[in-house]
Amino acid sequence: MNNSGTMTVTAPTECEIVLTRVFDAPRRLVFDAWTKPELLRRWFGPHGYQLVVCDVDLRVGGTWRYVLCRPDGTEIHLHGVHREIAAPERLTRTEANDYCDAEAGEESLTTIVLVERDNRTTLTSTMRYPSKQIRDAMINFGAESGIAESYDRLTEVLAALVRTVAQ
Amino acid sequence: MIKLSGYETAAHDHLDVTFAALADPTRRAILARLARGEASVMELAEPFAMTQPAISKHLKVLERAGLVSRGRDAQRRPCHLEARPLRDATEWLEGYRRFWSESFERLDGLIDELKSMGERDMTASDEQPGGRP
Repeated sequence: MNNSGTMTVTAPTECEIVLTRVFDAPRRLVFDAWTKPELLRRWFGPHGYQLVVCDVDLRVGGTWRYVLCRPDGTEIHLHGVHREIAAPERLTRTEANDYCDAEAGEESLTTIVLVERDNRTTLTSTMRYPSKQIRDAMINFGAESGIAESYDRLTEVLAALVRTVAQ
Repeated sequence: MIKLSGYETAAHDHLDVTFAALADPTRRAILARLARGEASVMELAEPFAMTQPAISKHLKVLERAGLVSRGRDAQRRPCHLEARPLRDATEWLEGYRRFWSESFERLDGLIDELKSMGERDMTASDEQPGGRP
């Protein structure tokens, strides 16, 4: 029908993971959905999860804080600081979760860029991780089919491995 | 129940060790070989242009990560694949991907709804979202 709905994952540099996704909407709408608590509460998190706290101080230097409630009632705490805001096309913020607080340098930097064409918006979310190992492992594992060709063989090997292990 | 651990890194410490061990292509190949059944160091060294000591080094990394265990047979000491850390790592990655793909599906639904409402109460913006030429 249309190609919105297809998420791809690539790794353009050593410590970055890039998600792209097309939405059937103008970018102002996507930007709002990404930054307004009343809208975020309605989509952020997988099916069955609920964003029970969503504080967004949308200013450079302003903080954001989410508490995401799992179906079993336990919580995930996410927070960070806005670094750059250029509505409706660009947003950069730091991201950390409470489990990582103990370890310095575990926070990541995420930039979303929204490009609009013909009333559709391509979202590019670039996550810069402090740990190259995590990024490498994600890519090498080929958890996503949209990754570069050079990883295809690894994907096969690991898919076979994982199938075996899962038995 | 599905673990959505892309943002749930309580098990972060041992995942780091697992991922570090998996970051090397030789070690991944060793694991792929062991997925087909146990093997001695000599058998593992065969398909690689590597010496047994070099393979042993990789095996030590894999052992420390809990991905491989060694048998007690003093002569042969066969290597076994240990499933658990690999499964945890796979779940972490799958959880991450799923976290975002499911969130984006929900966002699609929200977008449809907002568009059908006419978008006008969405923003206090200077732009007209629907106003493309």
